Amino acid sequence: MSLSAPERRLLTVTANEPLGAYRVLRVADLDGPHPDPGQFAMLTASERWGGAEDERPYLPRAFSVARVHDGEAHYLLEDIGPGTHRLCELRAGEGLWALGPLGRGFSPPPADRRALLVGGGVGIAPLAILQDTFTADGMASTVLLGFRDGAHAAGAALLTGASIATDDGSVGHAGLVTDLLAAELERDGHATVYACGPAPMLESVRALCAERETPAQLALEAGMACGFGACYGCVVPIRGGGYRRVCVDGPVLDATELEHVEAHAGAPA
Amino acid sequence: MSPVEFCGMTLAHPVINGSGTFDAIAARRAFGEVLEQEFPFAAFVSKTITLRPREGNPPPRLWEAPAGLINSIGLPNRGLNRYLAEDLPTLAQWLPVPLITNVMGSTAAEISELVRACDARDKIAAIELNVSCPNVHTGLDIGADPRQLEAVVKAVRPDTRKPLIVKLTPNTADVAACAQAAQEGGADAVSLINTLRAMALAPRTVDRGPSEHRSARGDDVDSSERPRAAVNPSRQWLGGGTGGLSGPAIRTVALAQVAAAAARVEIPVIGMGGVQCVAHAQDLLDVGATLVAVGTESFREPLTGARIARGLASHST
Repeated sequence: MSLSAPERRLLTVTANEPLGAYRVLRVADLDGPHPDPGQFAMLTASERWGGAEDERPYLPRAFSVARVHDGEAHYLLEDIGPGTHRLCELRAGEGLWALGPLGRGFSPPPADRRALLVGGGVGIAPLAILQDTFTADGMASTVLLGFRDGAHAAGAALLTGASIATDDGSVGHAGLVTDLLAAELERDGHATVYACGPAPMLESVRALCAERETPAQLALEAGMACGFGACYGCVVPIRGGGYRRVCVDGPVLDATELEHVEAHAGAPA
Repeated sequence: MSPVEFCGMTLAHPVINGSGTFDAIAARRAFGEVLEQEFPFAAFVSKTITLRPREGNPPPRLWEAPAGLINSIGLPNRGLNRYLAEDLPTLAQWLPVPLITNVMGSTAAEISELVRACDARDKIAAIELNVSCPNVHTGLDIGADPRQLEAVVKAVRPDTRKPLIVKLTPNTADVAACAQAAQEGGADAVSLINTLRAMALAPRTVDRGPSEHRSARGDDVDSSERPRAAVNPSRQWLGGGTGGLSGPAIRTVALAQVAAAAARVEIPVIGMGGVQCVAHAQDLLDVGATLVAVGTESFREPLTGARIARGLASHST
């Protein structure tokens, strides 16, 4: 597990490019620790963070690291609230505070199991760096991605060789990415599933894998104020009662730890 | 900055953390050994410890407010026994600053048991009482009523010779009267302000569904025993119903309350509420605080406390 410095670091934005309905924010991060796939960072624009309508954003926003390449960290953004909006308008040369890498990421699959990557929407981000890592280690991976429409499906370019499902049928399979997962598990169930996406998708993935006793690692999202275990705000209920903090016990949890994936608590956007 | 004397302790500087805003053990795991060299506070105040373990409130637990944060965490903790048996030895291994343990009970007898247990541990330098807890009989916060507060402090004062700090609630008619009551009861210091009670409604577009909402809350006293506002419960965002507001939004309220308390009592005051920078800390010191605590800002930048301490030092030279 890569450890963060105990203070946020001021990084410089090198690019902010559209990718369909998303943007890919790239920041120079030559000196930072190399994140593990599934780890995340808390991001804050160095200027004009706060003071917008309703005096938000105030808290930093948690983002999975999508890729590390040529001394740059990449983050996948979707403009859905005051924080993500501000990050989406950052331009090359502007400053970004980053605290990270934080949390516990994905674990490699056992040698005899293939890696099956399942992503939904902006949740595809940590699967990109995971695929990069597998590829660097000479391992193939099967990638299944789901989006609401064609504009969002353009995000699939972040990964290589993905099979795509869209809600509106404009690209790939018309339906849910979990339809593709069910077919893949039917074809060859000897896999480890790595999933990140909206809670209903993760719940379907969890249920499908539990039914077939397929190991699954789920990267969760939750409203989070700090990212390092201080605020206790980002908890998810676990099997047998009690809670886990998504920031320090996750964000990647073994699917068997969860009774079910609850509709997430709505991360500050 | 020269060291600060506080209740018989010598602290390296006047900046500590607010209870519940920094988890030293989790931070040590997230940041590694470097935290020992760069510990951001001159003393570490624990999360609130209760007699029995608490899971805390069901999520959602957070709401980003205008220039602030509403939390409804519900004081999750492992309970006194596991705190003493597991957390205390861990902290004893590496915590480089004095430890202040924050405790909460809903009766004087419960508080007394907690205080006595802390008194018996050398590693604990001081005890802070969280009195923002409803009385089991009246439902009113113990700390909101000066007479009740004085009686509770008086009852537990003989249980320890360690410094006893009373964390005052701002959700009261006259905080200075409460500070005075704590002093009369025998407190060595008061700390304020705790969070301001607040509420958030879910955006109307979000259908949260019934199942997510009201899971059993165990012995949580924060929310379930408080009167519920008459709103459609499906629109209450926080799993605990109401929460506590912190952050810059409460800074001016904190300044007024710290000033009022410091003007009323002889004992030292720990001032907190929305502190983000040296100027905010200096304001609290200027109205009479001896120490300043950083809370919500540490969520945004874990080393805020150290930055403010350095800034205060350079101002004073």
